[in-house]
Amino acid sequence: MTEAALIDWSRAQFALTACYHWLFVPLTLGLAVIMAVMETVYVVRKDEFWKSAARFWQKIFGINFAVGIATGIILEFEFGTNWSNYSWFVGDIFGAPLAIEGILAFFMEATFVAVMFFGWDKVGRRFHLASTWLTGIGATISALWILVANGWMQHPVGMEFNPDTVRHEMVDFWAVVSNPVAVTKFFHSVLSGWMTGAVFVIGVSCWYLMRGREQRFAKASIRVASVVGIAGTVAVMFTGDRSGIHVAEYQPMKLAAAEGLMEGGTRAPFSLVPGIEIPGMLSILATHDIDGYVPGINDLLDGYTAPDGTAGLSAEAKKERGDLALNAFKVYRENRDTDPEAAAAARKVLEENVEYFGYGYIRDREELVPPVWLVYWPFRLMVGLGCFLLLLMSAVLWLEYRGKIERFRWLHAVALCSIPLVYIAGQCGWIVAEVGRQPWAIQDLLPVSAAVSSLSTGSVITTFCIFVAVFTLFLAIEIRIMIRAIRKGPEAVPAENPSAGPETGRTLTSGQD
Amino acid sequence: MAAFRPAERLLSVWRFYADGFRNMTWGRPLWGLIILKLIILFAVLRVFFFQPVLAGKTDEEKSEHVGVELAGRARPDGNL
Repeated sequence: MTEAALIDWSRAQFALTACYHWLFVPLTLGLAVIMAVMETVYVVRKDEFWKSAARFWQKIFGINFAVGIATGIILEFEFGTNWSNYSWFVGDIFGAPLAIEGILAFFMEATFVAVMFFGWDKVGRRFHLASTWLTGIGATISALWILVANGWMQHPVGMEFNPDTVRHEMVDFWAVVSNPVAVTKFFHSVLSGWMTGAVFVIGVSCWYLMRGREQRFAKASIRVASVVGIAGTVAVMFTGDRSGIHVAEYQPMKLAAAEGLMEGGTRAPFSLVPGIEIPGMLSILATHDIDGYVPGINDLLDGYTAPDGTAGLSAEAKKERGDLALNAFKVYRENRDTDPEAAAAARKVLEENVEYFGYGYIRDREELVPPVWLVYWPFRLMVGLGCFLLLLMSAVLWLEYRGKIERFRWLHAVALCSIPLVYIAGQCGWIVAEVGRQPWAIQDLLPVSAAVSSLSTGSVITTFCIFVAVFTLFLAIEIRIMIRAIRKGPEAVPAENPSAGPETGRTLTSGQD
Repeated sequence: MAAFRPAERLLSVWRFYADGFRNMTWGRPLWGLIILKLIILFAVLRVFFFQPVLAGKTDEEKSEHVGVELAGRARPDGNL
């Protein structure tokens, strides 16, 4: 059997890299929209103020992009080295979306990012604007393919297992791409990036207001970011609701763990915090029906029959079918060249039980329960912070609309301090998604204990420590460069601007609006 | 109708990038950072720490390797 420490360190290393990668992605996605909206206003109104505002946020986007670039490649290194069984087992399912992502990311981002940064005085306004939008669209499409791959791990569809190649082979590309888990995850993640970008822009703008600088720029940025952020947050809530339905259907153990629900039933309560529950709320969230049945952790382990007659196999029954599948796999491979009849019979058994293949590796049924506290609390933190940030963005937008934003200095401080909170909310979301599906690398098909490569634990610990050092260094450099750029502020708008509209001649520090 | 000259087009694209890099101010340290990062990633981590386990094997050998790994990690009591 695989050493437990090797699995834990390999998971910790992957989690560290993924969390680090996700520090950069959401800000890229969110800032892309905000700066593109600002540039659109510039092109429509021909007002240099908006050009300068867009250019400033593009500079921040560039810093984040530069430090974040290639952090995702480390994940690919880890797939090949630390998770080689998994990488081979998933076959084309993972390879195709990641290849498309790589090509798109390279060509779209390399082309349009360059035009966006270098082309202000070299290409026409409309072409530059198109490049700015396409930079954001390219980043969003990149995210789509990554999340298609991730969605497949949570809910594998559109493939067949080939015991000869020991790979899953794609039989329905559309089923993989339109996987409901992937689609929901895509919108949920991308729109949470809009929230991140919005809270970041609002926080930085409030810092300018606190310092009495760049007043017009800060207020205009707050207005654009608040609208983008509120739209993103409302959509995140909607996609979160869809995600709840999918998790209840495809990963019921994750839902039970996220709720700390030991015994399920109809009219299942939603736990706000331990000891405070809203009766029936979990049933509504999971099934959109207050009488909907939600199985608890014990129900999923012992097996259950819902009031509508739907039955869930017990852990033992699934393990038996997993044993059948895994043994048939072994028998098939031993006999495929020598005894075709035995191989054919084994293959039939494998095909009948392949959906439980991964249960053949589960020793103790308790392994099927993810660490409840590590799913329960991050979920509450994510939802709580999401609600707080929606309130904050609404308050900031309302006060800006009423022309009173400068007076609320305490709110400026709250907005500035909220920048780390939006990152915490995003990281919590991924913790819920990824810890909640343990022990599975691929839901029901491959546990992490079988997915991990046979490496020495010491080498994984070494690379983990190197990553901690390198990531910390790069993050510190990014924050330093970013703070320097923010302190410097946007470039002043030229006083004379013959082509500008009614706001001609104002500088970014004029305080007028 | 102007003739399409690929060499001129390529040259103008080259000039676009070259001028862009030459005129960079705040972007220079960032490019330094990107290059440093890529060196750490590809010349250090990739070469010394992240050798793909299945690299250098044919597809058949990879199937065999993973097949043996997956079969060998089953529960000892899971055999029929």
